[in-house]
Parts: sequence; structure tokens; C-alpha cells
Amino acid sequence: MEKFDGVDYMEIDGLFSEEEILIRDTARKFVQDRLIPIIEKHSREGTFPKDLVPEIAELGFLGANLEGYGCAGLNNVAYGLIMQELERGDSGFRSFVSVQGALCMWPIYAYGNEEQKKKYLPGMAAGKLIGCFGLTEADFGSNPSGMLTNARKDGNSYILNGSKMWITNGGIADLAIVWAKLDGRIRGFIVEKGTPGYSTSDIHGKFSLRASVTSELAFQDCRIPAENLLPNADGLKGPLGCLNQARYGIAWGGIGAAMACYHEALEYAKTRIQFDRPIASFQMVQEKLAWMIREITKGQLLALQVGRLKDQGKAKAHHISMAKMNNVDVGLQCARLGRAILGANGITDEYQCGRHMCNLESVYTYEGTHDIHTLIIGEAITGIAAYK
Amino acid sequence: MNILVFVKQVPDTETRIQIQNGAVDTASVKWVANPYDEFAIEEALRIRERLGAGKVTVLSLGPDRVKEAIKYGLSLGADEGVQVKGEGVALDDPLSVATVLAAAATKAGFDLILAGKQAVDMDHAQTGVMLAELLDVPHVSVVVGLELDPAAKTGSAKREVEGGAETVTFDLPAMITTQKGLNEPRYASLKGIMAVKKKTIAEWTLADLGVDPASVAPAAARLRTLEASPPPPRPAGKLLEGEPAEIAKELVRLLREEAKVI
Ligand SMILES: Cc1cc2nc3c(=O)[nH]c(=O)nc-3n(C[C@H](O)[C@H](O)[C@H](O)COP(=O)(O)OP(=O)(O)OC[C@H]3O[C@@H](n4cnc5c(N)ncnc54)[C@H](O)[C@@H]3O)c2cc1C
Repeated sequence: MEKFDGVDYMEIDGLFSEEEILIRDTARKFVQDRLIPIIEKHSREGTFPKDLVPEIAELGFLGANLEGYGCAGLNNVAYGLIMQELERGDSGFRSFVSVQGALCMWPIYAYGNEEQKKKYLPGMAAGKLIGCFGLTEADFGSNPSGMLTNARKDGNSYILNGSKMWITNGGIADLAIVWAKLDGRIRGFIVEKGTPGYSTSDIHGKFSLRASVTSELAFQDCRIPAENLLPNADGLKGPLGCLNQARYGIAWGGIGAAMACYHEALEYAKTRIQFDRPIASFQMVQEKLAWMIREITKGQLLALQVGRLKDQGKAKAHHISMAKMNNVDVGLQCARLGRAILGANGITDEYQCGRHMCNLESVYTYEGTHDIHTLIIGEAITGIAAYK
Repeated sequence: MNILVFVKQVPDTETRIQIQNGAVDTASVKWVANPYDEFAIEEALRIRERLGAGKVTVLSLGPDRVKEAIKYGLSLGADEGVQVKGEGVALDDPLSVATVLAAAATKAGFDLILAGKQAVDMDHAQTGVMLAELLDVPHVSVVVGLELDPAAKTGSAKREVEGGAETVTFDLPAMITTQKGLNEPRYASLKGIMAVKKKTIAEWTLADLGVDPASVAPAAARLRTLEASPPPPRPAGKLLEGEPAEIAKELVRLLREEAKVI
């Protein structure tokens, strides 16, 4: 495969600092050398490339935008560029990093007490402790506040009952951040692997995110110590705060996947000959490629602006919603168009577009579906919530 | 142990080189650290890590853009950087470059100098060994294995030779040029990248080094580039038609008579 050298139609690189570029290039090199050569096989066999976890931990990719506790302390733009590059490799692998950093380390960092931070964050940054995030239930997806999983206090412990569905990393996690109702309020709990009454089972038969583990978590009179409650999260805004972190990274990731598909389709179109001419010379192929680069360019600017806002503490949930939904949609459309340009070759796993396309169907749905984000934007501009 | 690593900034091998007025148009070039120099940086870092002590300094000669290559070395873990200002130096002439670098090495002080066996832009493979000669220290080129005994001030280096390998011993201080296979260069970690801004890059001029500018100026260069030109476009291929037996015969005739390869 042609070496990927970035997609930059509008000299957007000039908007990044030297440090941000160095960080992106490290992630780019890692993805090129270490992830891309093995990802197709993992995706085909439905296995997570766990061997790469120590390597990305060593590089500092886990919880990279957190400060202290063994984390790199990057700004949000540099962090976003890492997500872009990782998802250029594979959405499933990027999902692992998002869940670990944004959905598990971040809530401990933001809602945890000092003992919890010291106990878990360094091990998680080092990749020695893997986390999963349990919010969704089989009957409560877009509407998590209806969740049935509950906790009750019993002396010096909490007892959890219920189950969680579609949980990324579930089966490989050493600890789960579990959202459950305590006296009717949504609270976050840390449940360690091996706790009696806590079990997981992996979901099979996926045609999407095959290189990522997705599981069901079950809690049956699962007794955890009282100190495992996250003290500073109360109500739905607890998990939503985490989702904002992850959605922000996905906004960059969607563009990364789009870049991979655009690059592959462009190289293919320039060399594939039909009617004695490269197919890139046909107007309808050019139209597809031009659409892809146009949307990628806009998506880059959108992600960057949200990142700069986030660094200034000004990014609102509805800003992040727009970037997530737009950029994942761009990724998905680029994957479909790229697949079409590749013709029959595009349906095999010799090429990446098909894998990205299938992966992005999950990304389109998780972390707030495309339509729910549309309604969040609708609510932001009209003041009327159409989804509840 | 005080280790100097000389790094050249070269065009990325993916860059499509454009020629303008008989010279390479540097505006269209994406610059990277010379890949063979990456083995040198890696080896220096590993030596420092093995010994648990020492200093690794990355030096590069050239215009301000070479600071990027130095920063890359710093992000990998080098302790200090030095840019030797390249204005007025015949940068295409290995002997001029070696003269300046030798003066820089003397100013910096060293127990070991590492550099790639060659730079992938001009492929001269001369600078490292010339520099060693100018400094009057032992040199081993195209090295794929390196061991040092700092207490005894000696080392041994492995080289690949036709059909086998040879091991060469030498005294320190010494100059080693590095070859692919010596090690597997690491990626810059985020911590390493973030640490770059806390590290300094010194700027040395020819005057700081006591080098007479005239002696290394293009006018005095032993090697001069007269003109650069792109390779001629590849002529269109020839398609043979007919029965397989005829085609084979014709192909052999063409290979012998026209292409003259058999
Ligand atoms: C691979 C994968 C990994 C996942 N990982 C995790 C994880 O780690 N942790 C976790 O907690 N969850 C995870 N999820 C779950 C994910 O967040 C949910 O699937 C998502 O929130 C949607 O919920 P649902 O699937 O129940 O769909 P539903 O909520 O049933 O939605 C179905 C359809 O109805 C639409 N819809 C629903 N309500 C409305 C409305 N009010 N207005 C308009 N349209 C509406 C939706 O847009 C969608 O098109 C994962 C999912 C997948 C596929």
C-alpha cells in the first residue's frame, strides 16, 4: 500500500503547533508500522490486538490529555490528532483508546477522589489496567436515564444488580465504570474484575468493530466496597461528561477514517485503467474524490475549532455533538464512495474501505446516534428538545 | 560517556523532487532526519541507557530548518542539540562539511561520535569517515553491532561483509557510521515530545568554531554540483503480438539485439 503522508488540501497543518505536528507524526508512524500491517487479520478473525497495548502506553497515548498520574498532559488538539491517526488505522482500535482514556480514566480523574486516582490512573496510563464503561442497557440506549441497573447501600458496601449491553472492552477489562441508580439517582461505581457477582460475556457475530471486544456485563448481588463510588458525579450529567470527552475524540477519528478511504481511493483511481484511461480521468470519479476532499477539509476545520474551544474551556456539548455527527458521517460517506471507486476490489479485505465502512456503522450509532446529535443541535438552536 | 550524533536533514524519500534552473527546488521538499542517522540516535540513546549515565548531543549543520531534525532527536531522548549555522558553507561537498563538523566535535568534546553511514539525498557515504580522519580518531563504517567498554576505553563493532561478518576492535574516542540492522529506532513518546521545549538548541557559527569561512566556501569545494536534472521519462513499453512461440522468439531477439541485456 502507498505510504500515507497526510491529507491536507487547505494547508491546515499551518494551524498546528510544531509540538502538535510532532505528536501527530509519532501516532502516524506507529499506525503505519505497527497497526496497519496486522489490523486486517485481527478484524477478519475478530480479535483485539492486545499486544499493542503496552506499546501505545509506552508512547503515552492512554489518557494523553490528562495531567499527572503518569499521563502525558497534552492539549486537546494534540490529543485529537492522535485519535485521527488511530482511526485512520481502525475505528475498533481507536475505540479501545477512547474507552480507556475518555470513558474510564477521565471519570476517575474528574469525579474520583485522590485515593481512587492514585490507585487506578497510573496503572491505566501504563496499560496494565484496562477499563470499560457501562452505561447502555439492552432496553436503554439513546435514553440511558431509564436504566434499570441499581445499587443499594449495605453497611460498608454497595450491592449492584442489573446488566449492561454493548460494552466495549468488557471482556478484557480489569475494571468497569458502571452507572447505576442509587436511591433513584445515577451514580458511577468502580467494579473490579473478579468481584463475586460480576460477570461478562462477549458479543459475537459483529460485522463492525471486529477488532474491538464488545460485551455484556452482568451484576448479580455484586458487592463492592463503599469507597468504589465516584464521589463527584451525581445524575445523568456524570456519564454525559464522559461521553463529551469521547465524542470529541471521535470527531477527529471520523476524519482519520475518511482520510484513509480517500487516500486509498485516490491512489487506486490514478492507477486503475478502464477504457484505456485511468478511472481518475472520468468526471464521475473525480466528483466523488472532490466531494471527499471537500468534506474532509471542512471536517478537519470543525474538529480543530472544537479542539481550540475545548482548550479554552469553551466547548459546549452541542459543539461537540456537531463535530461528532458530521465527521463520523463524512467518514462513513467517504468509506462508501471509496468502496465504489475500488469496484470489485473494494469488497475484499485487501483494501481498507470496506472495513472502515463497516466499522463506522458502529461509530455512527454509539456515543449518541447521528440522529440524537441532530436533535441536540436542534435543541441548541430552537430551545426545544425533540427527543424527550 | 559523551556521545555526539551528527544528523543531516534530507528530503523525505516520498517527496517528489522538482528541478528548477538546474537545481533541486527545496521549496517543494518535505524534510526529515536522514533515516541512517536514526540508527545513530537510537544507538546513542541505548548506550546511555545501558551505562545509566552519559550525555547525547545531536548536532546538525545547515539552515534554520535543520532545527526540526534536531528537535526530532531531542524528542527521542537526546539531551542537547546544536545547530551549526550553514550559511556560506558548501553543503554539497563532503570534505567542507566534515571540516566544519570536525571543528564542532572538537568544541563539544566527545568519547564517541555516531552518524549514519550515508545520507539518503546525495549518497556520498564520505562525511563520517572524513570527519574521523580530520579528528585523527579511529573509525568503523557501516556498523551493524556495537559494544563498548568505557572503563578500558575500547569497543568492538560488527560489520557485514560479502558472505559473512567481521568484528573490528577500536580505541575510544572513535567515530562509527551506522547501518540498517544495528537497532530498531524507537518512536518519539509524547513525554519525549513535550520535553523538547525544556531542552536547549545551541547555535554555533563558523567563527565560534574557528573555521575560516573561505576554506569551506563553495569556491573552495573539491566537489561541485554542476547541474541537477530529472531522470528521462520512461519510454512506452512494447507489446508483442502473435503465437506464443513467435512472441518468445521475438522477445529473445529484442532482448539481445535492442536491449542488449542477454
Ligand atoms: C460496537 C459498539 C460499542 C459500544 N460500546 C459501548 C460502551 O462501551 N459503553 C456503553 O455504555 N455503550 C456502548 N455502546 C452502545 C451505544 O452507545 C448505543 O448503541 C447507542 O447509544 C444507541 O442505543 P441503541 O443501540 O439502544 O439504539 P436506540 O436508542 O434503540 O436507537 C435506535 C434508533 O432509534 C433512534 N432514536 C432513538 N430515540 C430517538 C429519539 N428520541 N428521536 C429520534 N430518534 C431516536 C436512534 O437514532 C436510532 O436510529 C456501543 C455500541 C456499539 C454498536
